[in-house]
Amino acid sequence: MSAHAKSGSGAAKNDLALKWALGVLLTIGGILVILPFIWMILSAFKSESEMQNIPPTFLPVDATFDNFKHLFTEMNFGVYLKNTLIIVVFSFVGLFLNAMAGFGFAKYKFKGGSALFYLVLATMMIPGQVTMIPIYLILNEMHLTNTMTGIILPGLVGAFGIFLFRQFMQTIPDELLEATRLDGASEFRTFMQIVLPISKPILAVQGILAFIAGWNSFIWPLIIANDEKLYTLSVGLTLLKGQYGGNFALQMAGSTFMVIPIIVIFIIFQRHIIENFSISGMK
Amino acid sequence: MKGYSQSKAPYFFIAPALILLILFSLLPIVVALVISFTNMDLAGLADWSNISFVGIDNYVDVLADPVFGKSILNTLFYVVIGVPLILIGSLLIAIIVNFGGNRVFNAFRVVYYMPSVTNVVAVAVVWTLLYNPIFGLLNYLLDAVHLPAVPWLQDPIMAKISLIIMGAWRGMGLNMIIFIAALQGIPKSYYEAAQLDGAGNFRQLLYITIPMLRFAIFFVSITTMIGWLQFFEEPFIMTDGGPLDSTTSVALFIYHNGFQLSNFGYSAAGSFILFFAIILITFLQFKLQGKDTDL
Repeated sequence: MSAHAKSGSGAAKNDLALKWALGVLLTIGGILVILPFIWMILSAFKSESEMQNIPPTFLPVDATFDNFKHLFTEMNFGVYLKNTLIIVVFSFVGLFLNAMAGFGFAKYKFKGGSALFYLVLATMMIPGQVTMIPIYLILNEMHLTNTMTGIILPGLVGAFGIFLFRQFMQTIPDELLEATRLDGASEFRTFMQIVLPISKPILAVQGILAFIAGWNSFIWPLIIANDEKLYTLSVGLTLLKGQYGGNFALQMAGSTFMVIPIIVIFIIFQRHIIENFSISGMK
Repeated sequence: MKGYSQSKAPYFFIAPALILLILFSLLPIVVALVISFTNMDLAGLADWSNISFVGIDNYVDVLADPVFGKSILNTLFYVVIGVPLILIGSLLIAIIVNFGGNRVFNAFRVVYYMPSVTNVVAVAVVWTLLYNPIFGLLNYLLDAVHLPAVPWLQDPIMAKISLIIMGAWRGMGLNMIIFIAALQGIPKSYYEAAQLDGAGNFRQLLYITIPMLRFAIFFVSITTMIGWLQFFEEPFIMTDGGPLDSTTSVALFIYHNGFQLSNFGYSAAGSFILFFAIILITFLQFKLQGKDTDL
């Protein structure tokens, strides 16, 4: 599809026209794709009575922050935010465990190593619906239902993360690790001081993805938390939708509060995230 | 590094992750299989002596359950409409972005990918309002161009389509990125040779791009299909399976029976039927792929 190699000027002109047409098409599609976000943000600043206007207003007539205030006064969004941030912090702990396992599989030959690695990969095939109920029962046996530990543990590590770390760490030269060992460093120090710094690119991508996943975490808090004190923003938002079904402006404020931080982080780091798939996704 | 290491170091590195995976991925499969042959429910949860073995009763009952049957048909509807929609949509966007090949076109990657990273609950709440028959934006826009109002989430068929539209909106971005990565892996020389032979853009697309993307298309169609087979959050938040169970997916059926009705054994049997369906379909796809190409 390269347009550069064209020789005839007529063909080049055709290509340019086609490019413009496709560009316009892409723009229209793009506007449709972000329209729900724009509508969400604009609605979050409207009053409830303005939301009930027919026909609906596009821009808020009398912009207000009240909806966001109500999230924290009439709902417990402060508590939900705290819980969500706790989960985000622990998702970084999970990331570290994934990195450790990835290193173990990448740089050591040991008895059962490859069998265990296949076992890890096999867990990727298991659908969440099958494990949902037994995990609840297992956590119940461990007396961890309705606790933060119970919410965090099931999703802490993941086979795909381990796989990506292993792929990356295999490229680290053995000589480098050997040299560190000769200097008398322990295996764990080698990992912390040599391997992790080298793995910065993959750590960055996985870190961003871990943040997004932690911030969005929904299913485990939904299943494990009975108590509103343990709800995350996602679960709190479903509660908000149930309790304040008619308060659309409040719902839009709740959604905006959840979505905007992720969009900001995504736009800042988009190159890393998108290129991650170019590097690791399709090989 | 050469030869087998005798040290305990590798086990130390993999142990924490491996223990968690065994506890929360592998052991659950065994537990699910066992309880799917029992009448495990809330009473069984409180006291194990209340649990009894019921053989394949759960499987027989769940297959005879009209709601389960309906949820299978709904899920098939999601797959049959949703997979081609996402596949063709994301492929077209990827081809256009790649064709443009400059900064402006690349910026659209961010726009189209954005729905994939945002919270599913938040966007489901937003879409519920967009679909609202009275205050929603979509019916207002239709009205503005003198088109009749659409019963987005009220009509049994339309509700499924509405959920698919939203699911496609969320799902296209990631697949677009995968296709762009694959497109950039096609050697430029192929196109140059085709141009020398006088092949136009469309013929290059048909005879070079699409065949070269065979593996990416295969990958995306399998992952997308598995995604639709596990479709859960959107119907859970937006319709709770309604109207009249017309949007209940198999995954939602399992959740509903497991966590709202606490019929753990019954629900586990349903989840195994879903699991086998996923394995079977994936296996068939691999077979067909093998026959179709000599890769």
